[in-house]
Amino acid sequence: MSLRILVGCKRAIDYAVKIQVKSDLSGVVTEGVKHALNPFDEIAMEEAVRLKEKKLANEVIAVSCGPAQSQDVLRTALALGADKAVHVEVPAKEYETLQPIHVSKILAKLAEQEKVDLIILGKQAIDDDCNQTGQMTAAVLNWPQATFASKLQLKDKEATCEREIDGGLETISIKLPAVVTADLRLNTPRYATLPNIMKAKKKPLKKFSPKDLGVDITPRQEIVKVCEPPKRQGGGKVASTEELVERIKKLGVN
Amino acid sequence: MFAIRNIGTKTFRLCRNLAQKNVANLSTSTDTINRSLYNFSDEEVQLKETVGRLAREKIEPKVREMEQQGDVLPEIRQLMFDNGLMGIEIPEEYGGSGLNFFSSIIAIEEFAKVDSVIGGLVDLQNTVVNTLLLHNGSKELLDKYCPRLAKDMIGSFCLSESSSGSDAFAMRTSASKNGDYYTINGNKLWISNSKHAGVFFVMANVNPSLGYKGITCFVVDRDTPGLTIGKNEDKLGLLASSTCAVHFDDVKVHEKNILGKIGQGYKYAISILNEGRIGIGAQMIGLAQGCFDKTIAYTRERQQFGQRIFDFQGMQHQISHVATQLEAARLLVYNAARLKEAGKPFIKEAAMAKYFASEVACQTTSKCIDWMGGVGYTKDYPIEKYYRDCKVGTIYEGTSNIQLNTIAKLIDAEFK
Repeated sequence: MSLRILVGCKRAIDYAVKIQVKSDLSGVVTEGVKHALNPFDEIAMEEAVRLKEKKLANEVIAVSCGPAQSQDVLRTALALGADKAVHVEVPAKEYETLQPIHVSKILAKLAEQEKVDLIILGKQAIDDDCNQTGQMTAAVLNWPQATFASKLQLKDKEATCEREIDGGLETISIKLPAVVTADLRLNTPRYATLPNIMKAKKKPLKKFSPKDLGVDITPRQEIVKVCEPPKRQGGGKVASTEELVERIKKLGVN
Repeated sequence: MFAIRNIGTKTFRLCRNLAQKNVANLSTSTDTINRSLYNFSDEEVQLKETVGRLAREKIEPKVREMEQQGDVLPEIRQLMFDNGLMGIEIPEEYGGSGLNFFSSIIAIEEFAKVDSVIGGLVDLQNTVVNTLLLHNGSKELLDKYCPRLAKDMIGSFCLSESSSGSDAFAMRTSASKNGDYYTINGNKLWISNSKHAGVFFVMANVNPSLGYKGITCFVVDRDTPGLTIGKNEDKLGLLASSTCAVHFDDVKVHEKNILGKIGQGYKYAISILNEGRIGIGAQMIGLAQGCFDKTIAYTRERQQFGQRIFDFQGMQHQISHVATQLEAARLLVYNAARLKEAGKPFIKEAAMAKYFASEVACQTTSKCIDWMGGVGYTKDYPIEKYYRDCKVGTIYEGTSNIQLNTIAKLIDAEFK
């Protein structure tokens, strides 16, 4: 079985950065701020590369939608083991209003074009926390989906997936082609080794525009305001557990 | 996963934001031409980020443990090899990473920010051992040793002895010819990484009557009969780095294990030290920067007399002065490295870089302890380790006085 895998790689603000809201409340500051490959997409990449190493897959394609700087995360993906990269270039201004609904259509089109058998995405991006792209992509393609995957096994044209859900762990079996979204415990990603960083230079990187793929990225939402959450108010002190119970009752919590 | 990667206290996570802001500005996806020394190729940027992450996530948590044990952990040594960091400039056909000199410098700097022992390990392997072999080795030696050095074998450079440090050419280790073998007798001292090295590049004199023109470089395998590793020196700093005596008692080495030509060893030694200096410069600026970043984060949190200690003007002046020195040291190191890469004369600049960077590292770490106050003096905080580790910088690979001599000689020559 030699699958072709498409992996979504989003360029998001690095997890360790302290986020600052722009003074005009239109969004967060991204200029000059450190960005990196979305951590869940790293896990997705790692899973795809492992499948290739197990000889279950023979090609891993990394894709990123965004402005010119998105090529940075594609280079990282190539250094982690992707065979080729696709950059769907979206100019910075339009990128501000790009939504999972648009991205899912782009991924769906690419999946058809590249004849992929498996799409692995991160469960969500750490900038918008939407948790929608994987689900929408599966719906557009009418493919089965296994989201919040913490274990993935492939056999013939079937995938067995253990999912982390609110109640615990759920194991499902889906037929390929399918969409899988990676959760935290799926694997521990590797570091890009130096020889692989050099090899990445020689790997192909194709560029498309959303129009080339026939996808309309007209914004469907308007960002009204972005602001910080209200500052945490200090709690109060009580003298005894009885008083604590009284206070809780008064707040209407049962 | 970001939870798994949570390391250190909140204070030290804050200092990472500072470091990361600087890296963000290094992205090459800009329109204007950047001719500053902070102009990195795409691979160099990727390398810097990858190595920085590896250092912070995998090595930083183990630094104290390694110092207490007096040794680099085997899994850390393996990690360095697995990530291609011990064969940075070794060509890809030998299993190396096939990168440029500046990549070694970046890697050394990033590791030294976290632990100058690891920075030193990467420095010696790449800028001394590997370069010595790549520049002077016969095809046979390259085929035999390059793959090992890239994959799993540490190399050691043996020059100094008990009676020859700065006066390296006064060495007494001799090599007498017996047919197509040489017999090496002598004792080398202060040999870094010797505890785990699998191969030794030994400078021995084949004809003492010729003086330094008899010095020849021999490539000696660790398991050669007669080669023994002596005791590890009990040092002030760099405690996890082994610094042992290496004894040669009738060690027989075949003449095909001579590196380059007989009697040219002194040239190779000088040449390698000129380049290795830049690596030490990188180690020192990394050390100083790592120490500085952690300290500034603290000064921005610690309050006395109702304000952050960072806000006192006296503190700000000291901090700015040290930061300026550190910036200047970094630019000297980067410039020397780029000159060498470009094939331009670089010896004076390399000597200046090593001399300045090591002196600045000592100043920086000393001031950092002052700014930290009492906690800077305790082992609970990593600052005192930087202070102890940096002192050797002004001594090894050419003392500061030797660097000054070299610089003066070159200035004199410029005016001829």
